[in-house]
Amino acid sequence: MEHVYKNINSISFGFFSPKLIKKMSSVKVVTPELYDKEGYPVDGGLMDIRLGVIDPGLRCKTCGSKLKECPGHFGYIELARPIIHIQYTKTILDFLRSTCKDCGRILLSDEELKLKLDSLKDIEKRYGLFFKRKKIKEIINSLKNLKKCPHCKAKQVNVKLERPLTFFEGDKKLSPIEIKTKFEKIPDEDTEILGLNPKYARPEWLILTLLPIPPVTMRPSITLDTGERSEDDLTHKLGDIVRINQRLFENINAGAPEVIVDDLWDLLQYHVTTYFDNTVAQIPPARHRSGQALKTLTERVKSKEGRFRYNLAGKRVNFAARTVISPDPEIKFNEVGVPKAIAYELTVPERVTEWNLERLKEFVKRGPKKYPGCNYVIRPDGKKKKITDETKEQLLEELQLGYVIERHIINNDIAIFNRQPSLHRMSIMAHKIKILPYKSFRLNPAVCTPYAGDFDGDEMNLHIPQTEEARAEAEVLMQVQTQLITPKNGTNIIGCLEDSVSGNYLLTKSMVFNKDEAVQLLFSIGVKKIPNFNNVVEGKEIFSSVLPGDFEYIGKTKDNDDVIIKKGKLIKGYIDGASIGEERGNLIRKLHRDYGEDVALDLLSKLFRLGIKALFYKGFSTSLKDIDLKQDILIRIRKLLKDSEDGVDELIKTYNAKKLEILPGKTAEESLELLILQTLNKVRNKIGEIIGESLNEENPLRIMFHSGAKGSILNLTMMASSVGQQALRGKRIRHGYDGRTLSLFKKGDLSPRSRGFISSGFKKGIDPVEFFFGSMTGRDSLMDMALRTPKSGYLYRRLANALQDLKVEYDYTVRDANKTVIQFKYGEDSIDVSKSEKGTIDIRNLIREVIGK
Amino acid sequence: MEEIILKHRFLPKHEILSEEEAEKILKKYNVSKRQLPKIRLKDPVIKVIGAKEGDLIKITRKSPTSKESPYYRVVVDE
Ligand SMILES: [Mg+2]
Ligand SMILES: [Zn+2]
Ligand SMILES: [Zn+2]
Repeated sequence: MEHVYKNINSISFGFFSPKLIKKMSSVKVVTPELYDKEGYPVDGGLMDIRLGVIDPGLRCKTCGSKLKECPGHFGYIELARPIIHIQYTKTILDFLRSTCKDCGRILLSDEELKLKLDSLKDIEKRYGLFFKRKKIKEIINSLKNLKKCPHCKAKQVNVKLERPLTFFEGDKKLSPIEIKTKFEKIPDEDTEILGLNPKYARPEWLILTLLPIPPVTMRPSITLDTGERSEDDLTHKLGDIVRINQRLFENINAGAPEVIVDDLWDLLQYHVTTYFDNTVAQIPPARHRSGQALKTLTERVKSKEGRFRYNLAGKRVNFAARTVISPDPEIKFNEVGVPKAIAYELTVPERVTEWNLERLKEFVKRGPKKYPGCNYVIRPDGKKKKITDETKEQLLEELQLGYVIERHIINNDIAIFNRQPSLHRMSIMAHKIKILPYKSFRLNPAVCTPYAGDFDGDEMNLHIPQTEEARAEAEVLMQVQTQLITPKNGTNIIGCLEDSVSGNYLLTKSMVFNKDEAVQLLFSIGVKKIPNFNNVVEGKEIFSSVLPGDFEYIGKTKDNDDVIIKKGKLIKGYIDGASIGEERGNLIRKLHRDYGEDVALDLLSKLFRLGIKALFYKGFSTSLKDIDLKQDILIRIRKLLKDSEDGVDELIKTYNAKKLEILPGKTAEESLELLILQTLNKVRNKIGEIIGESLNEENPLRIMFHSGAKGSILNLTMMASSVGQQALRGKRIRHGYDGRTLSLFKKGDLSPRSRGFISSGFKKGIDPVEFFFGSMTGRDSLMDMALRTPKSGYLYRRLANALQDLKVEYDYTVRDANKTVIQFKYGEDSIDVSKSEKGTIDIRNLIREVIGK
Repeated sequence: MEEIILKHRFLPKHEILSEEEAEKILKKYNVSKRQLPKIRLKDPVIKVIGAKEGDLIKITRKSPTSKESPYYRVVVDE
């Protein structure tokens, strides 16, 4: 086929004129028959070979090309009577209403017409087509109730559309013929005000007299296994149209009674209507003999299963699997556990060479039912053969160099793993396959973060790359270790979490082992080089023996204590979230920079398991008694709460006395609210401090939030002492009854309790009033989530789509697909964030490292 | 229009590049004027500095990470 390369300057939209339909047609269809007795397409039938080819080997009679080269060609049928196009009914109604029923002129005097046309031109020039169309609608609407034609003075009758497609002028039914003659009378000069360009769109073309027949290439028939031909829905529908059309012709020519002709005419109208749209209200959809509704033109395009969303915007692949995910802390970070049941279906093509012939033969020998086997053998000519009990022997025999077999996936094959929504590049990473029993994908809990997945029923997709190039690309560019550092801010997206952080914290802070235990612990996490320990081994030593011998690190803990590692030994401080946690693990970051991604990932996975295994020796749990507070602490807290309540009372009193100091830019009420909130927040923080000080070092909750594993002092305060102020949109709760939140309060009560302050803690239990306020904020946050998530998701999608073709070129400019410059220097500083530390490069540090040694 | 808008501290410096300077920039980035970002002829700053259609404008922005960052726009009448 010939391609034309031109810049598009403008596009005109119009209707097909009968002339144009004839001009673009290569066949006039005259018979509903499809094939003759020999099964050959009938000339002038709907499958006429001049309409294009759908059979291999045949040549198109119009253009002479073969299958897939010939784009297909239109035909047409001549309708015995004019037919209304269902999609144009509204336009037809508009036109009938805005023109004279007798003379066909627009219902505007010549002066008005000129004025309106000028204003239209002006609007188009100044505001664009969209506003021009709006104005045209306005004009048409203003014409529909006019009673007299300004040209021939004829009295106008209201035109109605009785759905779906009958027009009435007053009480008189308008036939398509009458409508057509009316439209033919409209002069070219008047069509412009209706938004038409008479060159491309005359009103009478809205009424069909010829019907274009689409090429067979867009309605191919399929051959069933039985050798029978099954035609496309469109062909069926067109067949109906042609058949009824023929009968209508015959009846008209034979001078049949009006009733019969009208009945056939209505039937033809029905078929043409359902041909365009089979889902029109009030028109029963045309059905197959099986009772299934036909899919005609509109249904092909519309909806989720339509051409746009299904075929053009949708992308489907083979060699993919999807199932539920579940955790497996023993699996490596860059592995994915694949159920055996899936391994039987997913295959990798492997080419037979003289070096692997014997090995591949074994796969073929085992066949599709025995793992690890082989499902297909592909001959050098591209013929694909399924391995069955019958074909196995023969295929095994003929297997030779140049053949390709599709063998089952095995351990260490590369796979691409994905969880939707794929919001950042870490949502799709390459993993090595590990075949496991059961039915779920297994992944290391540490890689939950990049996928943003959890195990409450999440499912993920797995894809098997099918070419060497794809596999190499996935292995080099997409494996988990290449994604350790996020391009968002240059921190490590994968790190230790939860128990692993607590474990490393305890290990490096206080734990002591005997020699046997220490060796056992290290061995269990995969450390092979075990140092010569003394009989008593400190946790710090164990941690150090995981690190490389020349590792140097200076950092801070969460509490700003020093952490110093010299020559691979942790000599000062302890390890917590700030060293090894997700998105803040400075130690991990340093390992990555000094030793590269593979070593960093390996060490990280060891540290991860070290934390968990260390906890096994001590046991780690928490219980109710961990949030018990001592009597004297309780008394202090109670006093604090009382004091703050008194403080608030005092504030309210001064406010009522109008003596409250008003804050700049605020009203008296706002100032009061702000001061109350400040007082209540202060007391909660104070309580937190007191509780924090009172906690035993051994307290598991303290360990958890101190190490940065999970939670904060705030959570503990809420459980042990008081939940605190419930806020809606940053303000205390004020909704409810007139002047109060609940009917049991006095009007105008501003006390903490009546405005959503919960002074009890979760352990003691909260009273009904407090519970109610708690539910209010709970409901609000649920609603917020349910409303905001899809909104922000859609916003993000649009942003990502708008930016998708931008890339950083070799000269550090950012350009789009047209090579139009977007940024002259990437990010103004051309720093690759994923190679930076938190978006910047610490030059002082670099210099120190280079010369300071 | 009033020159005072040029004095606003949020407005980065706009200057019209000479023919030679413009040529140098086009060469440096290996682009045609059509492939550069645009600025409208009726943009207030363009009116004040009196640039014409087709002129290349250099905008020097302040940047927190690289102190100053130059940006170039072609004046268009759209
Ligand atoms: Mg989930
Ligand atoms: Zn053809
Ligand atoms: Zn008239």
